[in-house]
Amino acid sequence: MSISRREFLHLMGMAGVAGLLPGSLRATAGRPGDLYEVPRFGNVCLLHMTDCHAQLNPIYFREPNVNLGVGAALGRAPHLVGSALLKHFDIAAGSHAAHAFSYLDYDNAARTYGKVGGFAHLATLIKRLRAERGDGNTLLLDGGDTWQGSATSYWTRGKDMVKACNLLGVDVMTGHWEFTYQDSEIIENIGEFKGAFLAQNVKVTEEALFDYKFSDFGGFDEDTGLAFKPYTLRTVNGVRVAVIGQAFPYTPIANPSRFIPDWTFGIQDERMQSMVDKVRADEKPDLVVVLSHNGMDVDLKMAAQVTGIDVILGGHTHDGMPAPTVVENASGKTLVTNAGSNSKFLGVMDLDVRNGKLQGYQYRLLPIFSNLLPADAGMQAYIDEMRAPYLARLQEPLAVAEETLYRRGNFNGTFDQVICDALLKVNDAQISLSPGFRWGTTVIPGQTITMEHVMDQTCITYPETYRREMSGADIKAILEDVCDNLFNPDPYFQQGGDMVRLGGMDYVCDPNQSFGQRISNMTLNDGTAIEAGKQYMVAGWATVGSESPGRPIWDVVADYLRDRKQVKIDKLNTPKLVGMSGNPGLEAYPSV
Amino acid sequence: MNELRRLIIKGSVAAGTLGVAVGAGLLVPTSVLAAWPDKAFGEKKMDDAISTLLGSGGMTESAEINIKAPEIAENGAVVPVTVTATMAGVESITIAAPNNPSPLVASFDLADGAHGYASTRIKMGKSGDVVAVVKAGGKLYTAKKEVKVTIGGCGG
Repeated sequence: MSISRREFLHLMGMAGVAGLLPGSLRATAGRPGDLYEVPRFGNVCLLHMTDCHAQLNPIYFREPNVNLGVGAALGRAPHLVGSALLKHFDIAAGSHAAHAFSYLDYDNAARTYGKVGGFAHLATLIKRLRAERGDGNTLLLDGGDTWQGSATSYWTRGKDMVKACNLLGVDVMTGHWEFTYQDSEIIENIGEFKGAFLAQNVKVTEEALFDYKFSDFGGFDEDTGLAFKPYTLRTVNGVRVAVIGQAFPYTPIANPSRFIPDWTFGIQDERMQSMVDKVRADEKPDLVVVLSHNGMDVDLKMAAQVTGIDVILGGHTHDGMPAPTVVENASGKTLVTNAGSNSKFLGVMDLDVRNGKLQGYQYRLLPIFSNLLPADAGMQAYIDEMRAPYLARLQEPLAVAEETLYRRGNFNGTFDQVICDALLKVNDAQISLSPGFRWGTTVIPGQTITMEHVMDQTCITYPETYRREMSGADIKAILEDVCDNLFNPDPYFQQGGDMVRLGGMDYVCDPNQSFGQRISNMTLNDGTAIEAGKQYMVAGWATVGSESPGRPIWDVVADYLRDRKQVKIDKLNTPKLVGMSGNPGLEAYPSV
Repeated sequence: MNELRRLIIKGSVAAGTLGVAVGAGLLVPTSVLAAWPDKAFGEKKMDDAISTLLGSGGMTESAEINIKAPEIAENGAVVPVTVTATMAGVESITIAAPNNPSPLVASFDLADGAHGYASTRIKMGKSGDVVAVVKAGGKLYTAKKEVKVTIGGCGG
């Protein structure tokens, strides 16, 4: 398929500047080419995928129209959406790239360009790039959130993904949702994974060290107390590449700690600095790469504070950023990328490493359009075979979508609204709460909503629902707490999720305020003010502290959809925003 | 090994004194230290607690004090805090959490020549600063670090 010259220029044009020698753009800019023609550059190629959330087959995924940046993050990548994002990265409207990176004209563009992602299509691209760059000149790095997010990953306890990653040839990974299985299952899965599982920021707690149940696990180091190997050294085309892993720092806070009671996390940037220093001293690498699940804002701060890292390949916040951010620190520069989610993108970082030093780079975040990349037969055969026993359950039709159903964005997406409405109706509550996850696929208008779609939005290892009374003050406290995780001006205090989703109530949100001051004017759907001292019946799911007593959320949502048959959102419970007018992280928002 | 003995060993390894075991309520204070400063530990305001314990002289903020603590606590009931003071002549290291009902958490008296290092775990009821006060050469120095205690639950 041919693409416009401007689009081609754009996709080819994300090469290095800012102190590093840029890639040779001119030589290729005039030639027509396909979307996946990436000229060779330098001598080391890092292929980066992240946050696929176990999506093995092609899906739809709508990028956000709300990804607000406040404080220093205002107007800065990744806090750009829609036309502001296209303008910032010089992407032509109406192009393949515009559809991949933005929500603009989503329904039409999704129909035109088709589904995205899919491991079989990703495999084709990876094989092609490996062949073009020559044997042994690439590394494939997976930033994690790989074993969770689909029904089959939930039913196989992540094992379907371990096998798929082994087939894909993943060399190195780190994790986050991986840690939501039982610790013994995680250790077993890592044992079956053929690459290296790295995390410099996960230690065994002092109590557990006395009698540690995984003391035989190869990644555990009794002297340092680290639960997993912190780094690996690989020789790529004769270049010594050190890769340090950084797992999601707030796993035992954002997710249940009861599954992983012996492990303690944290950002640990001082340990990261000493790890970089030690690796540089002991291993004499030519290149130091951090494979991170911090989230982009945390990575940007870490890159400014920790010296000696050449590249941070980032994930967690699901930001499909077409170009790296170059961060200056006390001893040099660090490139920071973020590679989207749901197998929708592959980051291709070509590096010129000579004389023990990074000299230049060329970066592309290639969207995986399943119509443009044929499926790899071997990978597709594996996926089909693995899914076969589950197929009837996955394909059960529940209802038909009359509008686009999506999740991603700082506040309620339309699929969140379906979940919240289901909780209200099925559990007979006044207010419903649903977590602000960033994963979950998109259903386009006219598509049949299947059980698989519901599982894509809900399948976690703590899916139980609850129905209980909460006071207005309790509800406000929850909203303020989550809102600070999202909008605290210091990224180290952010957890990287979106705002808690709500059904049955509205509120006003002022992200620029300080903790405890951002939420106001809470009202029920009928306009009645929510009073601090009054009790309300609340339904929800995904409790982190302890297991809730109710049915799994997917059964509640499936019941609702079977009953509803046609799905159109009657009312989107999204807050009225204060102080956000003109924010380039906000477009097409109903009430500013 | 019984739990108490473990904790005492860990506490003494970490702090070089038995102060941690005392602060954690594991030992009856009077059996360890003749002059347990119960008034200071009972004060409801941090400034009062510090002046009761260390005298009311002014404190100077110091970059020579490093507080290591998580930005967001994994469990507010046991927040790991390590204080390192690199100035000469450190006599004591005191740790306080001003938002706690009883802000004074622990105080470590160091022998001559000891490194300015104390590590313990503290309970924090809600978000706020962890404050370290270091007495060195007869003067008081201070530093603080914010620790958030969240309800948690929506990352991802």
